Amino acid sequence: MTWTWLIGAVLFLILAPVAGGLIAGIDRRITARMQGRVGPPLLQPFYDVGKLFEKENVVVTTAQNFYVLAYLIFIALSGALFFAGGDLLLIVFAFTLAHVFLVLGAYAVHSPYSHIGAERELIQLMAYEPMVILAAVGLYMVTNSFYVADIATTTIPAILYLPGVFLGFATILTIKLRKSPFDISTSHHAHQEIVKGITTEFSGSTLAQVEIAHWYENVFLLGFIFLFFAWNPIIGVAAVVVTYVAEIFIDNVTARVRWQAVLKSGWLAAVLALANLAILSYMMLGGV
Amino acid sequence: MSTMAYLKRSPWILHYDASSCNGCDIEVLACLTPLYDVERFGIINTGNPKHADILMITGGINELNRAVVRNLYEQMPEPKVVVAIGICAATGGIFRECYNIAGGVDKIIPVDVYVPGCAARPEMIIDGVVAALSILEEKRAKMTGNAQAKEAARQAAEAGEST
Repeated sequence: MTWTWLIGAVLFLILAPVAGGLIAGIDRRITARMQGRVGPPLLQPFYDVGKLFEKENVVVTTAQNFYVLAYLIFIALSGALFFAGGDLLLIVFAFTLAHVFLVLGAYAVHSPYSHIGAERELIQLMAYEPMVILAAVGLYMVTNSFYVADIATTTIPAILYLPGVFLGFATILTIKLRKSPFDISTSHHAHQEIVKGITTEFSGSTLAQVEIAHWYENVFLLGFIFLFFAWNPIIGVAAVVVTYVAEIFIDNVTARVRWQAVLKSGWLAAVLALANLAILSYMMLGGV
Repeated sequence: MSTMAYLKRSPWILHYDASSCNGCDIEVLACLTPLYDVERFGIINTGNPKHADILMITGGINELNRAVVRNLYEQMPEPKVVVAIGICAATGGIFRECYNIAGGVDKIIPVDVYVPGCAARPEMIIDGVVAALSILEEKRAKMTGNAQAKEAARQAAEAGEST
């Protein structure tokens, strides 16, 4: 019993890159179909990462490799803690720390493009961080626990108490999945604008590590979505799929916005969540 | 890993207009549209030399962008190939006698594939990239071979020192 938490963590560390890569492949195919194209093979993300490991490692400042490795490790750690059923607050802080390492990696080099990407990543952090913490608080208010293990096994339909929090989380999920209209720091789709944002100076195996970290991150975030529907696993999985397809749709029908709009959207999402939590606490105090 | 050759399945392209009339550029971009959709082959148009595997250049080199082309080429990590698109990139074309034109791309950096035409058609450009892929694969095999030989020599030297 005491060791069951370890199984979740180990399974996440082994399977999440596989699942994350497949999700990225499905994402690229659906995106291509939405644009009237055939699109790349399903396993294309794995070919890309395999290719990056075959390339020469061009490094100007060696510190950048260390920071990117730290980014990968802390993303994997926060996801492993999540699937081990750990404390949601600790997970959120480890997750934030991981992104701080990515920003430091981009600042370690002397490229203005990389610095612009790093600044924009910091703006994204400011935009989504309040909402992520409020999501953890909301799940605590409903289930009386910050532990993922308790939240995931609750019989209370959290989504019915937290519709505002869920909508807010779905909004910042667009930032986290690096999708349009909020993909301002990596320039993921605008391939030629501010060169390649935060990843400009990362190449070869270092870029591959950023990509693998992104796969870990996506699986962790989809797990977070599941928590809102955890009382019924079938509905939970369906909700995760619907949310992700909706994100792909939004990605394809919107143009990128400026960073001010990202910040406003993130904080508006947090205000929506706060209003939700205020009503919830009023009801819990026996106001109704 | 060395036998697996992912490089051919995921070539990322850097497109640079040296001094093209834009005719070939439009044809290069046409390859990315839904009609030709080169992403089917994992080809992505990246704006960053540090992420690129194939450098596609249109137009002849002029005196002002000599240094730019050389810089772009040098920033690309090995293995890499250069594809010269259109007759101007191959020889300077009708602009070859202009006072400001240095000539074809191979005056400045080594070129692996020449795609002729004025303008080069998208089908020809895709053919050129496919030809470039096998050269890219050769270069990768050579690079890994060299790295392994170097490693073997280093280990042999260490073994020699210890005995």
